Amino acid sequence: MENDIVLTMRGICKSFPNVKALDHVDFTLRKGKIHALMGENGAGKSTLIKVLTGVYSMDEGEICIDGTDHPISIRSPQEAQNYGISTVYQEITLCPNLTVAENMFIGRTPGKTVDWKAMEKRAGEQLENLGIPARPRQQLGSCSLAVQQMVAIARAVDTDCKVLILDEPTSSLDDTEVAMLFRLMRELRSRGVGIIFVTHFLEQVYEVSDQITVLRNGELVGEYEVKDLPQVELVAKMIGKDLEELAVIKKQERTDEAGKEILYQAEGLSSTETRPFDFHIAKGEVNGFTGLLGSGRSESVRAIFGADQVTGGKVAMKGKSVKINKPLDAMRNGIGYLPEDRKGDGIIADLSVRDNIILALQVIQGMGHPFSRAQAEEFAEEYIKALEIKTASMETPVGSLSGGNQQKVILARWLLTHPDYLILDEPTRGIDVGTKTEIQKLVLRLAEEGMSITFISSEIEEMLRTCSRLIVMRDRNIVGELKGEELTQDCVMRTIAGDRREGN
Amino acid sequence: MKAPEKNLSQRRREPITDTQLLLTITICIFVFMYVMAMVVWGGGFLKPQMLFDLLNDNAFLIIISCGLTIVMITGSIDISVGGVTALVAMTGVMILNGSLRPFNRIEAALGLSEGSRIVFALLAALLIGLAYGLVQGYLIAYLEIQPFIITLAGMFFARGMITIISVDPQKAPQSLMNILQTRIDIPFLGSPNKKGVMIPARMEIGVVIALIIVVLVFILLRRMQLGRHFYAVGGNRQSALMLGVNVRRTRFMAHLICGILAGIAGFVFMMHTGAGNATNATAAEMNAIASSIIGGTLLTGGVGNVVGTLFGVLTLSTIKSIVTTSGLRDPWWQSITTGAMLCFFILLQSVVLMRRHTGNKKS
Repeated sequence: MENDIVLTMRGICKSFPNVKALDHVDFTLRKGKIHALMGENGAGKSTLIKVLTGVYSMDEGEICIDGTDHPISIRSPQEAQNYGISTVYQEITLCPNLTVAENMFIGRTPGKTVDWKAMEKRAGEQLENLGIPARPRQQLGSCSLAVQQMVAIARAVDTDCKVLILDEPTSSLDDTEVAMLFRLMRELRSRGVGIIFVTHFLEQVYEVSDQITVLRNGELVGEYEVKDLPQVELVAKMIGKDLEELAVIKKQERTDEAGKEILYQAEGLSSTETRPFDFHIAKGEVNGFTGLLGSGRSESVRAIFGADQVTGGKVAMKGKSVKINKPLDAMRNGIGYLPEDRKGDGIIADLSVRDNIILALQVIQGMGHPFSRAQAEEFAEEYIKALEIKTASMETPVGSLSGGNQQKVILARWLLTHPDYLILDEPTRGIDVGTKTEIQKLVLRLAEEGMSITFISSEIEEMLRTCSRLIVMRDRNIVGELKGEELTQDCVMRTIAGDRREGN
Repeated sequence: MKAPEKNLSQRRREPITDTQLLLTITICIFVFMYVMAMVVWGGGFLKPQMLFDLLNDNAFLIIISCGLTIVMITGSIDISVGGVTALVAMTGVMILNGSLRPFNRIEAALGLSEGSRIVFALLAALLIGLAYGLVQGYLIAYLEIQPFIITLAGMFFARGMITIISVDPQKAPQSLMNILQTRIDIPFLGSPNKKGVMIPARMEIGVVIALIIVVLVFILLRRMQLGRHFYAVGGNRQSALMLGVNVRRTRFMAHLICGILAGIAGFVFMMHTGAGNATNATAAEMNAIASSIIGGTLLTGGVGNVVGTLFGVLTLSTIKSIVTTSGLRDPWWQSITTGAMLCFFILLQSVVLMRRHTGNKKS
């Protein structure tokens, strides 16, 4: 049995100034197995991965490979690579200015010179092998994010690694791409590679994994065989709460939208990124844009918010015609937008939680009229409490919070402006089940209080639970609008796939 | 058998990279400008010697620009190079004319001939460049101090050192300058003078050194792992680290090479002028930065090409001679035109890159 083991981590401890990130965590990976690493945000998954790849140094514990008992020390990603440990991170960690082939080979090719021909040939073969739609000589920056991710995996695959770490690899991929990735993972498994699979998607874990290790608050909960652990139990273990609390949010009895005041109406709205479309939302309504990745759902809401350059169309708020050409116009009209790209468009990582929370309100009020410190603290405190943001203090830089809590900070920022209309673009992506449920509940509560909300999510189930009307998009066109009885997973899928059109 | 064919067709279809695009633009603009100068002003511009004069006068600038291109590709900056060039030139000239006292003692102790002073001047140049590269590289790469501040300090230090070594301008002895200023005659590119006698085109040794350095740096950037690491670090430092690039060492090497090249540039400068002066190579660092940018190197890092830099220097110096030739002899006209051209180039680059990238997004 011992020979099966490719990686053992024992008693790993790691502390950061404010928090104990890992507390005596054990982890064992076997040859030819896909081992899922699960846990809520802040549970210590990322820290464990970073310790393993030499990004962080551990305070205590030992790492052994190849089933031996000799602890090795990994001080840099390069050393990790030398030990056969490769990682594909959630954020693309490649260089966009280099070619695809270079990105696959840089930093790990011996020698002082670059053999372009050999490198491009090898890259071309590997890409073809794995069915990745990229050309070796292509500049990486010109590939889509999904393809870039696959190039990162191709790089890892090419290293003949014994341990492959996939850190949230599926969060930016659509279903076909995910299927392709899984095929690849199974192929690698059959070649005897041990794969550590970090993800938030429970279904995906059950689809490909053999084993599961669960972490909670930096501590090890346990290691399980997938077949012995039903999904509900896994969730319970991850969040450490009883199942009742998790109970699916009940489908609320939704009042008819007829007779309700139309809050926002757009006719023929278009931006540089979208085709013209019509859209409206009533007061207190929750609706959503759905469709495959890249179908234009984010672009549509960006047009509503004025985040992309608006090129035409008429917009009315509460019956009055308004012009929304830039985000500030939207904000002044009581529209809030929580962007898809949390890191790029949302948080300002170096600013404190407090400053991030008051940011939007400050902008609306004008920079010439700063809030007093006491007022800012009052606001921050109110929302840290209301949304249960886990932070050491309101002075903590947002960058050091976990993903879910960062998301809550942005949410707090918009709630503070008391918008009439709030757009949430993938608010639950990459955050744990517990927080997800909280956000869904919050959305419904806000709608009850009269706020209109547009909700976008890759998880159809989540949309069905929260939205009373779904606008379905395909290839940048609105292809259907579903409500009431039609709100079933099956129906949505078929509309997306194009089997069924509105009116037919 | 089908696969290679497919590869070939893929090869041809590949769109050019940003680096290549910017390089093409630079070369086109240089050629356009030079041809325009030939047509409008004729005279000097029609003689090949004009081009060689541009090279002769700017050989040192080509060399420091090569160094700056490397540093800028890694996303860093070095503004000490002008100072280093001047310091090296002053030290070198004083070694040549025998007024550098510590060196005189060594010379007397070893009983060397006058000619060997050239070797010592070269050694001093390399040593000063190396010292600058080592110290600045260490501070920037390993202690992670802002490169702008470190090299600003380096610039002041170098300028200060020049005045400490000698307050008065120094001149190298003519006997040694005759050796240093050896010119290479290129008869077939000559042109007749007023009396109708063919004067061959003349190129200084410094130009040969500069062109060799351009070739070496080109090979470094294109063919060596280290060169590609420069690009990776400049493209995304965090990613480069994750990809297993030794980021600190790479940044260190960039500054080291830049320092050494600044030393060599100082020696070439001395070969050309034979004079040591506190105001030598004033604003050379700014001209080098401007040349690199005109040549398609982005200040943000990750994109750049040394051939472009060569053409950047030529473009910049052509602008200056055009300004002079057109009768605006006051130096500020050169500055104003250079400024305007730089602005134009950067605008052009951003517009081209922006259009290209939004184009990619849509397709």
